[in-house]
Amino acid sequence: MAKTRRYLPLYLMMVPGLLYLLINNYIPMLGIIIAFKQINFRIGILKSPFVGLSNFEFLFKGDAWLITRNTIAYNLLFIVLTPVVAITVAIFLNELKSVMAKKVYQTLILIPYLISIVVVSYLVYALLATDNGFMNNTILPLFGIDPVSWYSSPQYWPVILVVTHIWKGFGYSTIIYYATLVGIDKSYYEAAAIDGAGRWARIWNVTIPCLKSTIITLTLLSIGRMFYSDFGLFYQVPMNSGPLLDVTNTIDTYVYRGLMQSNNIGMSSAAGVYQSVVGFVLVLLANIITSKISKEDALF
Amino acid sequence: MIEKNNRFQIAAHIVMILLCIFCLFPFLILVSSSITSEMTLVREGYSVLPKNIDFSAYKYLLTSSDDIIRGYIITVCVTVIGTVANLTLTILLAYPLSRRDLPHRNVFAFIVFFTMLFHGGIVPSYIMWSKYFHITNTYAALIIPNLMMGAYYVIMVRTYFQSNIPEAVLEAGRIDGAGEMRILGQIVLPMSKPIIATMVLLVGLVYWNDWTNGLYYINKDKYYSIQVLLNRMLQDVQFLMSSAGSDSSELAKDIPSVALKMAVAVMGALPVLCVYPFFQKYFVKGIVVGAVKG
Repeated sequence: MAKTRRYLPLYLMMVPGLLYLLINNYIPMLGIIIAFKQINFRIGILKSPFVGLSNFEFLFKGDAWLITRNTIAYNLLFIVLTPVVAITVAIFLNELKSVMAKKVYQTLILIPYLISIVVVSYLVYALLATDNGFMNNTILPLFGIDPVSWYSSPQYWPVILVVTHIWKGFGYSTIIYYATLVGIDKSYYEAAAIDGAGRWARIWNVTIPCLKSTIITLTLLSIGRMFYSDFGLFYQVPMNSGPLLDVTNTIDTYVYRGLMQSNNIGMSSAAGVYQSVVGFVLVLLANIITSKISKEDALF
Repeated sequence: MIEKNNRFQIAAHIVMILLCIFCLFPFLILVSSSITSEMTLVREGYSVLPKNIDFSAYKYLLTSSDDIIRGYIITVCVTVIGTVANLTLTILLAYPLSRRDLPHRNVFAFIVFFTMLFHGGIVPSYIMWSKYFHITNTYAALIIPNLMMGAYYVIMVRTYFQSNIPEAVLEAGRIDGAGEMRILGQIVLPMSKPIIATMVLLVGLVYWNDWTNGLYYINKDKYYSIQVLLNRMLQDVQFLMSSAGSDSSELAKDIPSVALKMAVAVMGALPVLCVYPFFQKYFVKGIVVGAVKG
């Protein structure tokens, strides 16, 4: 009784937050049944008839392969390329002597991360607009190449999207890797120098091994998110352009279009459940694999 | 050896400078195009250096329509209210979870953590908020769904409390007869300024840059925040002209629409870019703290 009285204030403090999570996160989890129903809002979700797996049948006969391929392929590229760029930059930053310069570079490379993806879409538009864009008016004429109609040429977009994603995100990852590098005990480097190791030998044998734990944690997180994509990047940056759909349609843009534009709630929610379930399995798998290779880096 | 080292330093600086240019040059195109005259833009396209400087796009934006001003006001209010609400809920949930002596602590921690592993998806969320809570076309739509609070922040703050506030300090407060609310307000929070500053920045940025809630729940322009407005205008620049009122039809041919697009984007990006240098230190710290798992 005394114990209950003592901890009651603490439990009360948690009520608003837990209530919010219950409504915003847990109730929608129950909403998964929508994917197995033929929704009719006039009679309500609960009374709408069950249709078994037919929503999923339509999904897998239709676009499931395309949106899965796009989501996974882009994520794989991001998972490999972002750390390569970020670690390289972090090592350069770490090897620089001027403290002032380090600070300036750090500040500048983080700027793209702060900007909303809507503004990023404007930046990409300024570069690629067919009539007024920087590429068609300034860069391509330098090489004597004819203007390209970027927003209707799907073959360029895998490169454009990957570059845009890395442009926006590498600063963030760089900061994380750089913070790890700053924390490395200087005596490792001195010991390596005494053993006659050059700069590259030191980077290879001291710096990279020290980053192992950070690399594993960040990669684990991105593998867990491999079934999710940045909606703004794939919807907003290509300006929702129809001819590009083959290479820009991911699970998230598909769900959005089904829900808000073509009013196909059945298929849209089936795609959403597909994403939730596979996403959940991926997180668990990634964590199991990590706890096998290095126990202390596992998330749970 | 020394000379070799110098050569490396120079090479490293060159690489970093090129990288910074890579990061910044799209912004340069944006800004300089927004102050170039319409005629030049139509002839030569968007470019890195402004030619025939002309501020008429900004003049047009600020005088012929109050959408931008209203968008700013809405964004500022949403950001302030959202950030305060978010921090209040997050801290109130994180503090009890940080107490090792709290009975059933792990059960509650798991309830919070599980929301990071499994999502119901946007379809049920959208149906719940729009059909059952009726938040479509209200200011609440810009604040409440998906944003108010996340397990990620709760775990980050809890970890900070656990590793930075010694239990002896809390015990001392209790012996002096302070209740839990007072311990949190007068002992824990003053000792947690760095994490609070970081949270304000991270959460504030999320609110400032959010446009998806507007996309889902707002379709009346009087509720448009600045990002939602930007998003709408990217699709069609006519939007601003049509909402400018009756006199716009006569002006239509004089509207600097090519420059206008860039000017609007500058207006969307500018506040963040201006504030950022002053908070850069906390920001970097926040990213590092946030990346450390809970």
